[in-house]
Amino acid sequence: MQIQQISVFVENKPGRLADITETLAAEKVNIRAVSVADTSDFGILRLIVDKPQEAVRTLRQAGHTVSLTNVLAVCMEDTPGSFARIMRVLADHGVAVEYMYAFNCRAGGRASVILKVSDVENSVAFLQKAQIEILEPETVYDM
Amino acid sequence: MFFQKDIETMKREDLEALQLKKLRKMVDYCYNNIPFYHERLGAAGITSGDKIKTLSDIQYIPVTTKDDIRDNYPFGMLAVPMKKIVRIHASSGTTGKPTVGCYTKADLELWSDIVARVAVAAGAREDDIFQIAFGYGLFTGALGLHYGLEKIGCTVIPASTGNTVKQMMMFRDFGVTGLVATPSYALYLGECVRDAGYPMDAYKLRLGLFGSEGCTPEMREQIEKTLHLKATDNYGLTELTGPGVSGECELRCGLHFAEDHFLPEIVDKDTLEPLPAGSTGELVVTTLDREGMPVLRYRTKDITRLNYEPCACGRTHVRMEKPMGRTDDMLIIKGVNVFPSQIESALVGMEGIGPHYQLVVRRKNFMDNLEVKVELVSADMLESYGILEGLRRDVHDKLKSVLGLETKVTLVEPKSLERFQGKAKRVLDLRNQPEQ
Repeated sequence: MQIQQISVFVENKPGRLADITETLAAEKVNIRAVSVADTSDFGILRLIVDKPQEAVRTLRQAGHTVSLTNVLAVCMEDTPGSFARIMRVLADHGVAVEYMYAFNCRAGGRASVILKVSDVENSVAFLQKAQIEILEPETVYDM
Repeated sequence: MFFQKDIETMKREDLEALQLKKLRKMVDYCYNNIPFYHERLGAAGITSGDKIKTLSDIQYIPVTTKDDIRDNYPFGMLAVPMKKIVRIHASSGTTGKPTVGCYTKADLELWSDIVARVAVAAGAREDDIFQIAFGYGLFTGALGLHYGLEKIGCTVIPASTGNTVKQMMMFRDFGVTGLVATPSYALYLGECVRDAGYPMDAYKLRLGLFGSEGCTPEMREQIEKTLHLKATDNYGLTELTGPGVSGECELRCGLHFAEDHFLPEIVDKDTLEPLPAGSTGELVVTTLDREGMPVLRYRTKDITRLNYEPCACGRTHVRMEKPMGRTDDMLIIKGVNVFPSQIESALVGMEGIGPHYQLVVRRKNFMDNLEVKVELVSADMLESYGILEGLRRDVHDKLKSVLGLETKVTLVEPKSLERFQGKAKRVLDLRNQPEQ
């Protein structure tokens, strides 16, 4: 149930994101979801891709600092309150959300979010018990 | 092991008697053969070596500076006719126009002797295979070590710098046991060896003779860890001859000075007053045997200390502490003296960052500020911004405690800072540039 997310250290200067994504393109890696936040002089680029292992290898070869992290992808109805319900389930179990980002789900009328939580292992069970749909890695990679 | 045991283990009183004899002769030699010294010594009333009664009388001889040598560029400081000169070298010019060094046959002979001494003291033996990864050319480092090592009987590979893939191939294929390089290039080669992925038993490296720039103990440890060798430092200046002026023995507790050929003193860098034995100050050196281009009381601008205690290795020649830095390299930031070596000691070995760094000094609103750029190498720290910010804070705090100065720490991508094959240039001083 856990999705492999790639984190890349990026200096905050023009062209870095272009360089990194071109490196992935050359290896025919397709990006499913992406997030980057800005601080004053560096950022962490987070990516969900179709071929995580290949992506890590090619980025390391290009000299980048890269790590893999397990995250969850949840899917919900695109209606008011759906996302709030998910957050409530996690909150009630004392699970902290460290960061998250939404991404495009091709299934019509549904919304998806990538979640990095403090306790990935147990969160899967908590969410499933509350009948919240968690996407399988293959589903996300092959989306 | 010694290269010239009798000289290297000479009793101090005998050594000092020899130095006094040579010094008096050298004063005469300079006074009679070099117009520059004829004038300088004459003005100071030292018209003959007989005026020097004891070694401490050396303080009455005027000092010679790099500018004096430059003012007499290129051959004004020669004591012999040009036809006696068989080799010309020039300094790397880290701090401006190069200074020239000219050698007679006897000078070259003496030079290879002192390099051989330093190399044997460091542990080099006849059966060693040395790769010299210093740039061959005008720079004294490469040819200096080259002839000294050949004199011992070592196999010498004049690899020069560059083409690291080839450097590593020679390490492996030629069974290289010894490396000659600048510490920064050795550090870089270490990284390459690690990245190349060959097991360490593909390499036979055991000894490094490093010089031409300072090396902190922390950086040395890093080099030893990646290249699996024992690293030793040696020291020299083109103005004095080149490498071999001093070097570490296997015990690595200071650099033994070739005191029979060079007379070192420590003076206050501002007043030029001689300082008591054991004080830290600027190193001033007189060549006692140099024929082509002798210098009296040359100001090295290196800040160090001399230890006259005999060493456990048996050598009696004075030991010089690793220079803390050249006064030329010293930065004054908000009135605080900062040596790049202090920053290096603080950074090397810190978790998460690489050993390479760059210092950028700027002036904003009439205030100096120092930016320290370091490479993030640990991917484990990408979990959250909090961890990266924490790393940055740790580096900042460590620098604050070492320098007593606020710095701006910037994390940059691995391998994005420049790697150096010769002397590293890690300081970018933009204070005299227009503000951005």
